[in-house]
Amino acid sequence: MDKGIAILIAEDDAGHFQLIKKNLWLACVNNDILQFKDGQQILDFLLKTGDGPHMDETKQYIVLLDVRMPKVDGLEVLRRMKDNDKLRKIPVIMLTTTSESGMIEQCYGLGCSCYMVKPVDYHRFMEAVQSLGKFLSLEGLRLPSIRPSGN
Amino acid sequence: MNKDGVILIAEQDHKHFDMMKQSLLRSGVSNKILHLADGRRTLDFLSDVTQPPDGEHKSRQYILFLDVDLPEVGGMEVLEKIKADEKLSKVPIIMLTATDDPQTIDRCYELGCSTYMVKLAENDDLEESIKKIGHFLSVVEIASIE
Repeated sequence: MDKGIAILIAEDDAGHFQLIKKNLWLACVNNDILQFKDGQQILDFLLKTGDGPHMDETKQYIVLLDVRMPKVDGLEVLRRMKDNDKLRKIPVIMLTTTSESGMIEQCYGLGCSCYMVKPVDYHRFMEAVQSLGKFLSLEGLRLPSIRPSGN
Repeated sequence: MNKDGVILIAEQDHKHFDMMKQSLLRSGVSNKILHLADGRRTLDFLSDVTQPPDGEHKSRQYILFLDVDLPEVGGMEVLEKIKADEKLSKVPIIMLTATDDPQTIDRCYELGCSTYMVKLAENDDLEESIKKIGHFLSVVEIASIE
């Protein structure tokens, strides 16, 4: 994955966020990582609302999304992204403790790229995030541009 | 991905398919891996699995590796048709192709591919990449088709 791509992580649990960040780094992901503590924060960033930082349409992004989050949950964030013409293309990877098959079906139905369940076991959690990191750091991985090419 | 899940590889080149299969197996993937040699067969296969079971056990979980450059029906048309099909739209599709063109990449994401991976020129690198994809697939949950 190109080093200019930023990884957006929506995760309300500070411990989980640190663990994800550390293990992505251990898997040689050197991209910028931005943290959002709830669903509203990441929506504000993507939809350019509110006072916080806003996304840059000339950049490329990939989103890691927790399901259970305060204010706006991950399912709603996914739904809003996939309903939006500009944001629809951004790949969204669900990374959550929720393993109910109904939720998995719903997220794929809305258009998530992948659904990962966070293992409860600490070492398995580290391994799973490192597998994700090694996948994301593949040189051949390509992401879409938010602003269509040629414009 | 559960053990019954099936990995489909739509790839014209038999040698590439063999290499991909070996690399996935080496990464520890124990799922069934099937080869679909063109776009038409890919669509026919998937349309067949959505038919009501006729006694024969059919898996309900599939993931598809899809080349852009396929005979009969091209990879982008296959992607478009699968994502437009109510029953099949949840099947995750990983584009794996030599085509490294920004417009094709944008279009595939617009149509709903999960990821777009470019096959780089070096075969060793490709084997290594496929193994990493295999490791990643082992921690991913897949939706069942209805």
